[in-house]
Amino acid sequence: MLAFLEIGLGHYLTLAAVVFTIGVFGIFLNRKNVIIILMSIELMLLAVNINLIAFSAFLNDLVGQIFALFVLTVAAGEAAIGLAIIVVYFRNRGTIEVEDINLMKG
Amino acid sequence: MIIQGLTFYLFAAIAVAAAVMVVSSRNPVHSVLFLILTFFTTAGLFVLIGAEFLAMVLVVVYVGAVAVLFMFVVMMLDINFVEMREGFLQYMPVGVLVGIILLVELLMVLGTATMSPDVLAAGTEPIPDLLHRQNTAALGDVIYTKYIYLFQAAGMILLIAMIGAIVLTLRQRPGVRKQNIAKQLARRREDSVELKKVQPGQGI
Repeated sequence: MLAFLEIGLGHYLTLAAVVFTIGVFGIFLNRKNVIIILMSIELMLLAVNINLIAFSAFLNDLVGQIFALFVLTVAAGEAAIGLAIIVVYFRNRGTIEVEDINLMKG
Repeated sequence: MIIQGLTFYLFAAIAVAAAVMVVSSRNPVHSVLFLILTFFTTAGLFVLIGAEFLAMVLVVVYVGAVAVLFMFVVMMLDINFVEMREGFLQYMPVGVLVGIILLVELLMVLGTATMSPDVLAAGTEPIPDLLHRQNTAALGDVIYTKYIYLFQAAGMILLIAMIGAIVLTLRQRPGVRKQNIAKQLARRREDSVELKKVQPGQGI
C-alpha cells in the first residue's frame, strides 16, 4: 500500500532529469538573453548535484557529496566570471543580445 | 515514511514548477527569485536525503552569492527585456522538441539501467552512522585528509575566479576627481603658505 511514497533512487534521478531538461529548454527558449541562459546553466548544474547526492546517499558513499561540493565551487566561479563578462560587454557595446555578439564572426 | 514521501513530492513539484518559471518568466527579476526558490526547495530535498552540509552550502553559496549576483547584474544593466523576448515563440517548438527528446532519453536510460549487486560494496568512503558522526564532520574527515589537494585546487579556482572578475570589471575612467592621499601627505608648509611683509597704508 502506498508504494509510491517509498522514495528511492529513481525518484531523485527522475527529478534531476526533469530539472536538467528544463535547463536545456531554457537555453533554447531565451536565445537572446544571456543572463537567463546563465541561469539555465545553473539549473543544469543543480540537476547534476541532485544526481551526485542521490547516488551518494543510496550507495552509502560520501565521495558523491564531496564531488557535489566541487561542482558547486566551479558553478560559483563560472557565474562570477560570466556575469563579469556580461557587465564588461554591456559597458562596451550597450547591449547583451546574443545575436549582436558576433565580433569574432564565429 | 509517509511524511518523507509526501515531503519529497511536494518539494520536487515546487522545484520543477519554479524551474519552469525561471526559464519562462517575463521579468528577469522574477526569474532570479524563482531560481532562489528552486535552490531552497532543492536544499530541502538534500536535507531529506541526509546531506545537510551540502544543503546549507547550497543555500549559502547559491542563494547568498550567486543569485544575489544575478540580481545585481539584472538590476544594474539598463536592458530592454521586452525587446529581448521577441522570437520567444519562434524558438519554442524546437526547444520543446529537443527538451522532450532529451527527457525521454534520460528516462529511458533510468528505466532500463540496473545496478550491479556488488556496487554497494565498492564504495570507498561509507557514510558513518548519523548517531556517531554528523554529516558535516564526516565530510570534513574525508575532505581534509584524502581530498586535501583537490580541496586546495577548488580554493584556487575560486581565487582565480575572483581575481578574474575584478580584473574584468575594473576600469580607470578619465576626468574623475579622486582623493590622492600621497599628494596630500607630501604637501609641505613652504609649498602652500607664504608670509609677506605688508607696509601700512599700501597694498601688496
